[in-house]
Amino acid sequence: MTIPMVRARGVRKHFGHLEVLKGIDLEVRQGEVVVVLGPSGSGKSTFLRCVNHLETIDGGSIHVDGELIGFEASGGRVRHLRRREITRQRREIGMVFQQFNLFPHFTVVQNVIEAPVGVRGEPRGQARERAHALLRRVGLEEKADAYPRQLSGGQQQRVAIARALAMRPKLMLFDEPTSALDPELVGEVLAVMKGLAEDGLTMIVVTHEVGFAREVADRVVFMDDGVVVESGAPADVLDRPASPRTKAFLSRVL
Amino acid sequence: MSLPDVDVAGAARTRHPLRWVASIVLLVLAAQLVSLLVTNPNFQWDVVGRYVNAQIIGQGIFTTLLLTVIAMAVGVVLGVLLAVGRLSENPVARAACGLYVWFFRGTPVLVQLVLWYNLSYLLPEISFGIPFGPEFVSADTNVLITPLLAAILGLGLNEGAYMAEIIRGGLMSVDHGQTEAASALGIGGARTFRRIVLPQAMRFIIPPTGSQVISMLKATSLVSVIALADLLYTVQSIYNRTFQTIPLLIVACVWYLVITSILYVGQSFIERHYARGATRNAPQSFWSFLTFRRRPTPEVPS
Ligand SMILES: Nc1ncnc2c1ncn2[C@@H]1O[C@H](COP(=O)(O)OP(=O)(O)O)[C@@H](O)[C@H]1O
Ligand SMILES: [Mg+2]
Repeated sequence: MTIPMVRARGVRKHFGHLEVLKGIDLEVRQGEVVVVLGPSGSGKSTFLRCVNHLETIDGGSIHVDGELIGFEASGGRVRHLRRREITRQRREIGMVFQQFNLFPHFTVVQNVIEAPVGVRGEPRGQARERAHALLRRVGLEEKADAYPRQLSGGQQQRVAIARALAMRPKLMLFDEPTSALDPELVGEVLAVMKGLAEDGLTMIVVTHEVGFAREVADRVVFMDDGVVVESGAPADVLDRPASPRTKAFLSRVL
Repeated sequence: MSLPDVDVAGAARTRHPLRWVASIVLLVLAAQLVSLLVTNPNFQWDVVGRYVNAQIIGQGIFTTLLLTVIAMAVGVVLGVLLAVGRLSENPVARAACGLYVWFFRGTPVLVQLVLWYNLSYLLPEISFGIPFGPEFVSADTNVLITPLLAAILGLGLNEGAYMAEIIRGGLMSVDHGQTEAASALGIGGARTFRRIVLPQAMRFIIPPTGSQVISMLKATSLVSVIALADLLYTVQSIYNRTFQTIPLLIVACVWYLVITSILYVGQSFIERHYARGATRNAPQSFWSFLTFRRRPTPEVPS
């Protein structure tokens, strides 16, 4: 049996008195595309941010590709990892944000090569060549020397995807990648993501795009109020939801 | 009902009679100022002309510039450290840096200068060692604290407090999403600060820092109270002998203006450098900066 790409067990997280994650169990196989649905405030972003340790979990555990994230367990004792080791773990996990978060003072190509050159020590020339290939893949090769502010939202988000891919991540996390976009720009970003899914990249995608879930996801997970309410094949969860909470949510977004 | 057929091409311009009145008033005032400068013999322009490029004045300018550069350098380095300290997660560092800023901003720099100069009354000897334990090095304060060192300490430590606030403001104005994106890419803290946060903060740090440099240039004239021969002290020591007070003060003003003008030009170049990617349009040209034209407002991308 191969190890799962992500294994979350009983993940708990609170902010002050607010319990945001109340024991999340989730497994993602290698190459699997999981779409996470759920109402606003249900903890979807928080869960994604725990997977690459942008938030420190309070209980349970998250393994990515067999490696415990953010902590080290040995001889029955668990300790927090040092910042340097956490930074190293994050290099294997790409993340795409709702607000793109491109570096505005760098050109598109500089955005893409910053991490490979700066932290992996890849030679600049080689990194630029790969960056151009990645930009071609997201359909933006001709924008390599533009600054992010000169691009539309959809173009910026595609650059953000190329920037994350430049680190050759094993796993990609997408947090509502199309929610900040004008409706006519959503399609171009989803098309790029679909291409990645077809290439076998392991992805966890938080989105309200039910059409994307139906077409691309291997599995749909419905979260509400800090727990996974149900999980299964897109057709099952979207067309024959078992839980009334899922039913109520879907009737609102469809 | 039909609307009239109108073409606005070739419409008459709006008249601004008040602008004309204001311009005429200003021109009259300017003419009076010029006539005062030319006709009043008390300005003694010949004396100004004789001293304006005298060698001794040059030495004073050198001291003023040297002091400005060193005190500003001390201020910037200290300011970065204090700003990082005030934004750190360590409560002790936060409190200590806050206390520093509170003290140095809350007391007059002139008092601080005189205090450093007279440090020997407080500590006749300065020594380094373990508190209440053995001393490693010790020195006589009067020998150690020269007027120049007192001036650097007084101006530099004070400047650090102001720069800390400017830099902290600049760092806080950078969107938190930038640090998150860098973290998610596995870029370490130091590199994120240097490559991502600081360059973006610079856009907010440079303009007030330019004002600080100009303030510092003028604040260095305070060191004349501790007998350091800067530009002001030099002209004072001349007019104390010759009683040509006004023309010598004009000489000092001319040089302060020349230097601040050069600084102003330099600042505009640095600002343009850090404006990369800040707007959709090309950075503002140097000429429109000089002619005080407003920056085009950045468009908000969709
Ligand atoms: N850093 C934080 N501090 C305090 N509360 C937070 C923080 N981040 C998220 N929350 C709260 O946690 C809850 C879940 O947020 P989030 O994970 O963003 O939900 P979702 O992405 O599903 O909309 C919300 O009530 C939100 O206000
Ligand atoms: Mg969210």
